[in-house]
Amino acid sequence: MANPSISSKKRPKHLELWKIRLPVPGIVSILHRVSGAVMFLVLIPVLLAALDGSLASQESFEDLRFQLSGPLVKLVVLGLSWAFAHHALAGVRYLLLDLHIGIDLATTRLWSKAVLVVSGLLTLLVAVALW
Amino acid sequence: MVNRVIVGAHYGLRDWLMQRVTAVVMLLVTLVFAAFFLTHASLQFEDWQGFFSYQAVRVLSLLFFLSLFLHAWVGVRDILMDYIQPVGVRLTLQVAVIVALVSYALWTVSILWRV
Repeated sequence: MANPSISSKKRPKHLELWKIRLPVPGIVSILHRVSGAVMFLVLIPVLLAALDGSLASQESFEDLRFQLSGPLVKLVVLGLSWAFAHHALAGVRYLLLDLHIGIDLATTRLWSKAVLVVSGLLTLLVAVALW
Repeated sequence: MVNRVIVGAHYGLRDWLMQRVTAVVMLLVTLVFAAFFLTHASLQFEDWQGFFSYQAVRVLSLLFFLSLFLHAWVGVRDILMDYIQPVGVRLTLQVAVIVALVSYALWTVSILWRV
């Protein structure tokens, strides 16, 4: 039987949408999906083409190295590096969640922030290596 | 739950497990390749080609890419199931993804075992 003190309780109704913010684990989650989609569409063909060129011959290897010196190509590589780093780190977090590690709210928020920060730092390292 | 016996049991458990197993495989192989790149700062063609002349490196690479394609199939299918509602469009896109991934797999083998 329903408890009248609960059912008659005035619940906060946050219909003011600008006050509703996606929590950090939610941000990590949607970025996991976005980065995965980007990697399917861009990283897989680019990675295979690069592997192909790097192993085909000395000339194609040097040609690939030359193309990597272009600023636009560097930006694409940097973006794909972020996608990979974020997807991998967020993925490790999901694997841990599957094992019931870090599922309480405080820990999951902390690790979600850690995923965002560490993937940003790794991307920064790639940027330093590229430029 | 709706009784969907026509395609057999599991209803997603196999895909769920596949996504996780392939993720762990890719993480491990990524660490191997990261170690190689960190120890070969100014990589030359001879070292790179020499590295891939080892059968173990080729097999490890193929393992990585096949894991990647299976992993991508589960993920992309999830995305299509979430956002593409018309059955015909979704089926067409799924077929396109399957054809692309199988083609990528064949391309990978041809790259790794090129004479």
